[in-house]
Amino acid sequence: TAICQSITQLMMWYANNAKYFPPPSTAKDQFQEELVIKPLHSGDIYASFQFRTQWDTDFLLGSKVSHYRLFPKSLGQVISKFSVRELHISFTQGYWRTMQWGQPFLPSPPGAELWVWFQDTVTDVDLAWKELTNVLSGIFCASLNFIDSTNTVQPSASFKPLGVGNVTDQRFLRYAVLPREIVCTENLTPWKKLLPCGSKAGLAVLMKSEKLFHSSFHSQALHIRPVCKDWQCKSTSWELRQTLNVVFDLHTSGQGKREWSLFKMFSRTLTEACPLASSSKVYVDITDNPQLFELSPATPLVSQAVVLGDGRTYSVYDLTDHATFGQTHSLNVLLRWRAAEREMLRPLLHGERYVAGYGLQTGEIHTLVYNNHPYRAFPVLLLDTVPWYLRLYIHTLTVTSKGRDNKPSYIHYQPSKDRLQPHLLEMLIQLPPNSVTEVTVQFERALLKWTEYTPDPNHGFYVGSSVISALVPSVVAMDTNNTQERPLFSSFFPCKEESTYFMRIYTEPLLVNLPTPDFSMPYNVICLTCTVVAVGYGSLYNLLTRTFQVEEPSQGLAKRLANIIRRLRGVPLLT
Amino acid sequence: KFSHLKSYFESTDSPEHFLQNTKYNAGDADVFLSTKMAAPLTLLFIVAITIRAVLFRSSLADLITERVEVVSPLNAWKRVVEGLALLDLGVSPYAGDVFHETPLMIYFFHFVIDYAEIVFMVSAVCIVFLLQFRKQKYALEGDRYPLDCLELIRTPREMLYIPLKVAMFYLLNPFTILSCVAKSTCGLNNAVIALFILSTIKGSALMSAIFLALATYQSIYPLTLFAPALLYLLQRLYIPVNWRRPSFWLFTTQYVFMYLGSLAVMVCLSFFLLNSWDFLTSVYGFILSVPDLTPNIGLFWYFFAEMFEHFRLFFICVFQINVFFYTIPLSIKLKEHPVFLIFMQIAIISIFKSYPTVGDIALYMAFLPAWNHLYRFLRNIFLVSVVLLACSALFPVLWHLWIYAGSANSNFYYAITLLFNVAQILLVSDYFYAYLRREHHLTHGLYLKRKDGSEATLVLK
Repeated sequence: TAICQSITQLMMWYANNAKYFPPPSTAKDQFQEELVIKPLHSGDIYASFQFRTQWDTDFLLGSKVSHYRLFPKSLGQVISKFSVRELHISFTQGYWRTMQWGQPFLPSPPGAELWVWFQDTVTDVDLAWKELTNVLSGIFCASLNFIDSTNTVQPSASFKPLGVGNVTDQRFLRYAVLPREIVCTENLTPWKKLLPCGSKAGLAVLMKSEKLFHSSFHSQALHIRPVCKDWQCKSTSWELRQTLNVVFDLHTSGQGKREWSLFKMFSRTLTEACPLASSSKVYVDITDNPQLFELSPATPLVSQAVVLGDGRTYSVYDLTDHATFGQTHSLNVLLRWRAAEREMLRPLLHGERYVAGYGLQTGEIHTLVYNNHPYRAFPVLLLDTVPWYLRLYIHTLTVTSKGRDNKPSYIHYQPSKDRLQPHLLEMLIQLPPNSVTEVTVQFERALLKWTEYTPDPNHGFYVGSSVISALVPSVVAMDTNNTQERPLFSSFFPCKEESTYFMRIYTEPLLVNLPTPDFSMPYNVICLTCTVVAVGYGSLYNLLTRTFQVEEPSQGLAKRLANIIRRLRGVPLLT
Repeated sequence: KFSHLKSYFESTDSPEHFLQNTKYNAGDADVFLSTKMAAPLTLLFIVAITIRAVLFRSSLADLITERVEVVSPLNAWKRVVEGLALLDLGVSPYAGDVFHETPLMIYFFHFVIDYAEIVFMVSAVCIVFLLQFRKQKYALEGDRYPLDCLELIRTPREMLYIPLKVAMFYLLNPFTILSCVAKSTCGLNNAVIALFILSTIKGSALMSAIFLALATYQSIYPLTLFAPALLYLLQRLYIPVNWRRPSFWLFTTQYVFMYLGSLAVMVCLSFFLLNSWDFLTSVYGFILSVPDLTPNIGLFWYFFAEMFEHFRLFFICVFQINVFFYTIPLSIKLKEHPVFLIFMQIAIISIFKSYPTVGDIALYMAFLPAWNHLYRFLRNIFLVSVVLLACSALFPVLWHLWIYAGSANSNFYYAITLLFNVAQILLVSDYFYAYLRREHHLTHGLYLKRKDGSEATLVLK
């Protein structure tokens, strides 16, 4: 029954999401910007930008809008044309190392991820999805046009709407991951252009590509969802959140010196807030201060927030306040480490994945899910999307925790169709406290047509990350009071209960080799195989059409010539 | 000249008493078999079952189950289990592209899943019982031949050993053993075909039509066995194959209706079992359009992996028509020898079908001892046997080099499949040649002479 309770909790959480919404405001359109800097225990620096544009218009009611103020017009048109209810897109370069860095504010898998909820008025969702991916591909200069039916799935439980509304019919959801997508400057530039101030003012001036991409991890994302306009939630407005997360490795870039500043990280300092922003803040996580590092310039503003189940303390620099910039008219936050790094508390939930087996015929996908909580068990939803050319055998699925069989309480499996749809495997697994749960499933590698291989076939094929979604027991009481202004980074996933918080983690993508034909052989193969068929045809044809006869000695050449002459002369032939 | 059998029975005052004796001896064969042959047959069964049981229990079973030569996407046991697992999950087994068995098969296995090993062993043994059919036939044919051909006609003693030889050839054939240990459902399809042959030989038109329909339902290709079955049954009923005779049309129509009727019943039953027509595309569409290019011993996989997209449909049509193409000419040529026609058809199917396995080859190879009177006319049996043996040994070697060691590539394995198929084609056409030649000798005498009296050589013209 404990399992059932927690399952219902998780389900309820999804169902009740809709009621909770970010802080309301009275202004028509609103723009907020925020930078969180968090020194990581590994000595790396995690910088997270969040930009939130709220747009008070109601597409859900079908009103036609032609006036745009802060909200980017290109996205507004996309939403209205394709009847999008929610849109979440992320481009990530590198893999987030949970065991070294802890949890990110907003998780994202390596490569490109796109998930969209359409309005229930859309009749042909597949067509809308196809067109939408092509349009987004143009907007973000990304290969999203490679999203087709072979990598699109409709998860039944893992991706529920995060905004208001109670559409939960998975027919209107599409989810796709392109694990091979390379993220670079050409994706960042259009992303920056969507900001009201562009990269001219505010926090966005820090985004110089040569620095952002010289990092261990880079992730830029965009989330559009309907949120409540005000308290009573009588009408909705659109929220656009643009986030950019970077992890800088200061060991390599800092020449061994353990200190950094905004200038060192971004080659820029801050001089002003975006004039259009209603709030513009820089947060520095000083929970570990002063044992670990020293921060300057000092700021009197300190904020407490509960983030990912943990109470954190932040120094806040308010960019809308001129005093922040001081005499030099610029803000260059500087951190200097004092002590060596310490062991970090292990994250409560952690996932890993790898391919086992050898050879190119079969293999086995192992997914390890760690519950590091000392005494609490909790359920997780595991979502696996496997391309059709790795043929999964669901009867080989095993889930074991602590050496014992751990039967998933819910399995949603959609088998693949060759060249049409991928495998989708969704499971609800109860994780015992302080345990490792191992999920294994065997697969067979298909031989593809020679035109279906990627240009570098022996590099292998990528399989997108598994998605693990869970309600994790929190260490401190979560802040469920939604009236209070909260920092943006702590308010994305709505929170309903004090004791748990929602978390989503992504495992590593897989790189799997497939058997390859010889790409230089098509002509030879066609010729040789046809020859064999012709040998079969020829020998049977020979026996079918001819009869046995006694061999008569053939006439000599002279006799045959003589007969020709005789025939011309009309005299009897020689025999 | 439509039926030699009939001419024999009409000419009761035939001078060759010897051959009449032959007939009586052959008629006693059943009794003889049950007494004298029982011991070696039993011993053979025990040996065969022991080998299988030991292999089932050994660690080799897993290895064999994965071999691409032994199982194809159509008949792999792993996929049957997967289909059942999908049913248990409440997903249609045809929703994905892993399961390609027919609905009747999945319901059959639903009940016998726990006894699968026994089912496969029993079916292997059954096939042997079912293939015990050729003991009467040839002895009856003897009288019409020239006297110098007596050495071409098998003695009753030779005939008696044929069942034992067939049994040995099938049960101890490594191909059959591998196929059985891998629990390839090919063994069951073979059993259905064997049942069809038995009921045809026994002259039961209804049962023959039902089993033929079942075989067709399982894998389409046995459709080509319709012609030999019809010819055999006509021959048995002394109905000449004559377009102007109403009796010919009457019986043909009857047989066609029995066949189509039972086929329709099976297809409809499948529909009602799963309440969807998905199985049609998933089973027959899969067989005909060859979407799964997993390597096997056939000609399709590499050809269509390397095919230019533009010509794919054309070549699929050509290759599939190729399997059915030989039916009509062969039926015309062999209309008086339907049993040999069955052999030819089964061999052609197993060579040119889209997902062949060694189990299919084992079925037509089981016929070879029945044609032991053709050995003297075979031209290159030694070469062909050596090639077949060498290829069988090289399959796993080159597979290992390509898939596991990475020191070879797909061309190596492909080359061996080509050679293997050439050898099979030569084997079949050699038997066909020998059969035709023996027939020629039976009508024209064994020692042919030219017009001038010198010894003649026989050529195909």
